[in-house]
Amino acid sequence: MQDKAKSPMSSEFSVVGTRPVRPDGVDKVTGRARFGADLNLSGQLTGAVLRSPHVHARVLKIDVSQALALEGVKAVVTQKDFAPQVNSTTAFGEGTLNLMHMLTNVLAGDKVLFHGHPIAAVAATNAAVAKRALKLIKVDYEVLPHVIDVDEAMALGAPLLFPDMITEGVKPAPTTPSNIAKRIDIVLGDVEAGFKVADVIIERSFKTAPVHQGYIEPHACVATVSEDGQAELWVSTQGHWIVRMLCAKLLGWDINKIKVTAAEIGGGFGGKTVVYLEPLALLLSQKSRRPVKMVMSREDVIRATGPTSGSSMTVKIGATNDGRIVAGEALLKYQAGALPGSPVGPGCMCAFAPYDLPNVKVTGYDVVSNRPKVAAYRAPGAPISEYAVEAVVDELAATLKMDPIEFRLKNVAKQGTKAAYGPKFGPVGMAESLEAAKASAHWRTPLGKNQGRGVAAGFWFNIGGETTVSLVLNEDGTLGLTAGTPDIGGLRASLCMMASEELKVPLEKIRVQIGDTNQLGYNFLTGGSRSTFSSGMATVEAARDIKKEAVRRAAKLWELPEEAVEWDSGSGSVRPAGPNAGKHTPMTLVDIARIAGKTGGPIVGYSRLNAHGAAPSFACHIADVEVDPETGKASIVRYTAIQDAGRAIHPSYVEGQYQGGVAQGIGWALNEEYIYGTDGKLQNAGFLDYRIPVASDLPMLDTIIIEVPNPTHPYGVRGVGETCIIPPLAAISNAMSMATGVRFAELPMSPPKVLAALDKARAANTAKM
Amino acid sequence: MRYEAPESVEKACQLLADDVGHARILAGGTDLLVQIKTDVLDPSLLIDIKKIQELREINTGSGGFRIGAAVTGAELKEHDGLRAAWPGIVEAANLIGSTQVQGRATLGGNLCNGSPAADSVPALIAAGAKVVIAGPNGRRELPVEDIMVGVRKLALTKGELIVSFIVPPRPKQGGDAYLRFIPRTEMDIAVVGCGVSLQLDADGTCTFARLALGAVAERPLLVGDAAKALIGSKLDAKAVDVAAAAASAACRPIDDKRGTKAFRIKVAAVLARRTIQIALDRAHGKTGTTH
Ligand SMILES: Cc1cc2nc3c(=O)[nH]c(=O)nc-3n(C[C@H](O)[C@H](O)[C@H](O)COP(=O)(O)OP(=O)(O)OC[C@H]3O[C@@H](n4cnc5c(N)ncnc54)[C@H](O)[C@@H]3O)c2cc1C
Repeated sequence: MQDKAKSPMSSEFSVVGTRPVRPDGVDKVTGRARFGADLNLSGQLTGAVLRSPHVHARVLKIDVSQALALEGVKAVVTQKDFAPQVNSTTAFGEGTLNLMHMLTNVLAGDKVLFHGHPIAAVAATNAAVAKRALKLIKVDYEVLPHVIDVDEAMALGAPLLFPDMITEGVKPAPTTPSNIAKRIDIVLGDVEAGFKVADVIIERSFKTAPVHQGYIEPHACVATVSEDGQAELWVSTQGHWIVRMLCAKLLGWDINKIKVTAAEIGGGFGGKTVVYLEPLALLLSQKSRRPVKMVMSREDVIRATGPTSGSSMTVKIGATNDGRIVAGEALLKYQAGALPGSPVGPGCMCAFAPYDLPNVKVTGYDVVSNRPKVAAYRAPGAPISEYAVEAVVDELAATLKMDPIEFRLKNVAKQGTKAAYGPKFGPVGMAESLEAAKASAHWRTPLGKNQGRGVAAGFWFNIGGETTVSLVLNEDGTLGLTAGTPDIGGLRASLCMMASEELKVPLEKIRVQIGDTNQLGYNFLTGGSRSTFSSGMATVEAARDIKKEAVRRAAKLWELPEEAVEWDSGSGSVRPAGPNAGKHTPMTLVDIARIAGKTGGPIVGYSRLNAHGAAPSFACHIADVEVDPETGKASIVRYTAIQDAGRAIHPSYVEGQYQGGVAQGIGWALNEEYIYGTDGKLQNAGFLDYRIPVASDLPMLDTIIIEVPNPTHPYGVRGVGETCIIPPLAAISNAMSMATGVRFAELPMSPPKVLAALDKARAANTAKM
Repeated sequence: MRYEAPESVEKACQLLADDVGHARILAGGTDLLVQIKTDVLDPSLLIDIKKIQELREINTGSGGFRIGAAVTGAELKEHDGLRAAWPGIVEAANLIGSTQVQGRATLGGNLCNGSPAADSVPALIAAGAKVVIAGPNGRRELPVEDIMVGVRKLALTKGELIVSFIVPPRPKQGGDAYLRFIPRTEMDIAVVGCGVSLQLDADGTCTFARLALGAVAERPLLVGDAAKALIGSKLDAKAVDVAAAAASAACRPIDDKRGTKAFRIKVAAVLARRTIQIALDRAHGKTGTTH
């Protein structure tokens, strides 16, 4: 791992940019950390979910009476026990929210829409009784024809999931229903005019498989609801305020009735931004008057949570002989799963974002089929569309006989570039990333036999949003920091570092926690790469609040006007300023803490804000891949991820994000896929045959951190957690085409598919000879 | 569910024979417990064989080996003599799962789970290993290739269990190897597996050969035609090609989530060639492992 690249500004900092041990580290390596399934309450029941054995069926009748009669069964719930919801879609974080759809996903209503769709839940004294109870729930189904593939779902005459679904975004509105929930159009300039002046035009179609977030910790929660309706929920989630809001809405309860505590989380990657078990556990607990714990199996996780969309796409790009891209067009069809809401919107917006293009046209379709409803997954939608674009960009460069990095640099998005989706970019690090790739040792290293090298660019917006942080100055001058965005990738370490930097208090004097929903104001979830950006911004503000208060208290003690006292950021103390300089001994926060009581009481820094000014992160990755020509098996032999972090607060956790994104991207590129039989049932709902990379599949994943500071963040932070999953798909595909001479247009590039493509190419070559 | 841990083979057979429900032998449990947890099996009685000494030992005598059915992959790896004589078998058993799984997984369990993709089985077949079976009517022996008759179907009758594997002495100027194809580097089930055992005479002519394939049919296959192509040759490219083609020809695979028919047939030939080469190198006294 390389050391932090020294940027001209890094000398401003003494803590930011260093690599201290994370505050949550010891508990995690010793097993003391408490994850979703680690809480147990006395009298606790086991909750279990009955899932649909059918792929698509009408639910004629659910009879729970026998289950309820079983000894040890304390409660049974079906969709009827929930508050009715309206079918209306609103913007929500990185995606959209429709409460009626969410309820249908939590428990099916009059139809089951995929194999494994929850249909009822029970709470019983133990798991064995719960399992028996599930078998006693009698459901009458009328099985319906199903559709799995996105192109088939769009075809005329496909079985319809919703007989009343009229495609949104089409004018005039279609008169017949279809599985197309929505159409999205993004237009910049005039692509037809652009293609007319192109010397080379390449158009290719692509398919990608849906992939699961693959968090190691399955969904888990414990709910307890008292007789007077006060509920507590302990849960593995990326956003406990979101869980609270969703549960309150689905149950029809007031928000103040529910207190949610975020457990330590074993990964989420977007998949833990929605609810599955939580409303069931709350309702079962309310009905049974006992705590209820629910934990998914891995099979449940894969069958009925996540994944992100699979797709079918066509991308067409035109360039002039001097390497200027003149037009880019894309048609993106994304699987939403059984309920509308694929990330095709961001897919459309991101597709061409790494480039400064005059003419862009992107059309997206959100398509339902009988698969689990998709959930956010790291840069939702972007890896898919950017993969297709980056594969065509690579082929264009090759056709124009241009170096792939030079070709990208020639068209690169920079400050002032107007993105096709609307805004003009501020300072961004795409060119810097490409330059760093070009200058890297990796780029110049010769390749071995059967090896190829690919590059690809990546772009993700990043988001801000509502955030609250409190910072308490304790009696002895130590500090207690409470944030509300669950720490998934080292957030607590980074927040402590920013508070320490701001207040010049040693790290070990700051204790940090993720507060529950009763301890802070509203916090949007950890997602959109926002937590270090937003909670970091709020932490710096809260720390500045403490400084201001320290000045006020010293002024009071010294009987000086506030303006006559200042914070000395060199020593981290308050001192008299101006004509009074030197008149009193400067006071550190330890001194201030001691006089807090007599100067006005406890000192608490607080910040509540809506973090604006999130800035995008761009990346360029280099992948070296070796392909066994006889088996089609691809091995990643070297990999470098280069990405703009804005500012790396804790470089190890920035690198960790880059490496994690790459590892997941490699899985997406090479082996991960949902495999369905003709019966519409998923055949690989487990980690044996749903193949995420194992450690030995990966070489050391090298990283280069670029720092083009985000001017709107006090320390220059951009989000880093998502962009890194985008480039691997195309970088690997491009490397494989160099290694084999065959262009691949379908993910995953699993050995049977690769070998078949190689054999086809070899047969074509022999025929030519 | 009842649990018994008898200390003798006879007692174990008795329990098996007397049971009127679904009794199951429990060795390492790496297949069985998973199947119970996922509702594939719901045995009425588990007979843990790990307390039976005979099943836990590796005995050497007259150059060959008697390996207890409940010996784990990790224990095989720690046996210097076996590793030197039959590296292919030891390596095959230690491709199973991960280090943790190898500490539990047994040769008997790998065979009796009845999966055509079991890794140690083609290596054992190639080595010409036999199994000792104990039952209510005493003991009998069968070649390993005759145990599995179909997916999850064994040639064992009610009350029978496997006591041990008899592996012959390593032939002079002999060598064995096992390779499998998986999409990743570990923690996968073989898409194709290939075990080879060879013997050369003084001038390098192949005098004995056995080649077995896994995961290409409803049970592991001993490919006689491949052996025929090799025996009598100097293992030159042509002979190896014929053997590899015979391997492909023997396949009768299915399309499934792990690979297509066409892929398995092709890769069987590729693995055959590569495995023969390693076995040949070993027969020539070159050491080194395959992974
Ligand atoms: C994570 C993981 C990865 C795996 N990877 C691989 C792999 O790469 N390759 C591979 O081949 N397998 C793999 N397996 C499967 C399994 O580990 C092996 O098949 C192992 O050898 C089984 O041995 P065991 O002792 O655990 O058998 P058990 O689970 O105890 O038994 C398996 C079956 O054999 C029967 N049985 C056991 N011993 C006897 C006996 N002496 N006589 C009669 N019947 C008997 C049992 O009743 C049961 O039906 C994997 C399993 C897991 C969980």
